[in-house]
Amino acid sequence: MAKLESTFKNMVLSLVIISMVAAGALAGVYLLTLDSIEAQKVAKQEAAKLAVLNGHDDGVAIETEVDGFGGKFRVMVGFDQEGNVLGYEILDHQETPGLGSHMVHWFKNADKPGQHIIGRKAGSFAVSKDGGDVDAITAATITSRAFLKAINQAHAEFKGTEATTGASQIIKQETEEPK
Amino acid sequence: MSNALKTLTNGILKENPTFVLVLGMCPTLATTTSAINGMSMGLATLFVLVCSNVVISLLKNLIPDKVRIPAFIVVIATFVTLVQLLMQAYLPGIYDVLGLFIPLIVVNCIVLGRAEAFAAKNSVGLSALDGIGMGLGFTLALTVLGAVRELLGTGACFGLPIFPDNYGALVFVLAPGAFIALAYLMVIINKIQNK
Repeated sequence: MAKLESTFKNMVLSLVIISMVAAGALAGVYLLTLDSIEAQKVAKQEAAKLAVLNGHDDGVAIETEVDGFGGKFRVMVGFDQEGNVLGYEILDHQETPGLGSHMVHWFKNADKPGQHIIGRKAGSFAVSKDGGDVDAITAATITSRAFLKAINQAHAEFKGTEATTGASQIIKQETEEPK
Repeated sequence: MSNALKTLTNGILKENPTFVLVLGMCPTLATTTSAINGMSMGLATLFVLVCSNVVISLLKNLIPDKVRIPAFIVVIATFVTLVQLLMQAYLPGIYDVLGLFIPLIVVNCIVLGRAEAFAAKNSVGLSALDGIGMGLGFTLALTVLGAVRELLGTGACFGLPIFPDNYGALVFVLAPGAFIALAYLMVIINKIQNK
């Protein structure tokens, strides 16, 4: 078959047909994968919730978002009824690998009391550089500040919703505008 | 069938997209922080390359010359979005790591380059082979680069620790290390090729 001439009619027709077939294929696959993708998101959130509540079934899991060093990151924090931190999970982040990314486990390290925040009363965490009593991640002060801000932010949200709690739940917090 | 074999092997060493053609540097540098990340990115690109080469080769007589580039881009973008949706649904672990870079396959010069330089002029079978060869070459290059960076940066390879934990020059996991490691690998490949 000879190649189609580049006439206006041919060009419009071929582009329209190609685009329509492409759109149809995408719509089909989108519908096909929709349930699976939603299920993955829910499963991930449930797993994080279980992890941050650490076996306490009367705790509250709160999801919050802050500006880190490499963009926004989301943290889920678990609190018991008194506002002590039960656990936390980083849901997604783009912090520097090998530096800021250590936050995933840094503040959970029970061998280093200076940086361990699990079981402590939340609300006014700050890194030692800022006059607080939490050791920042080595060479990642900005990430550490952002992380502690997230915990404090989640705690503020926890305080605000205390009256309505009773069973474990996930509360999503709207992002604060960067100052 | 030596022609088919030549087409297949062309992309793996002689015209390796990364080390020889130096195309598609963005995903190459950005995703090779570990061997497994590099390999996943390479395989995703391989899939897109083969699909787009086949479809473009099939459509080559139906696409008028003057609108061939937009037509190619629509075909490529469609396959990239398919990969993204499928990966998100069925390989969430890999998607978490590569999610950000998958859409970048659309603008990967290799995919459009092979469509324009090869698939638009050759038969469907040869185009598929070209896609496989180029894709394998790209995958191989990214896996090697990822393995080198992972080994030097964290002391592990494919996640298996080889050196103690605290060994490792962090710079190799970060962006500058990508350039350094790539440059040295290119030197080595060129040295071998020129012999």
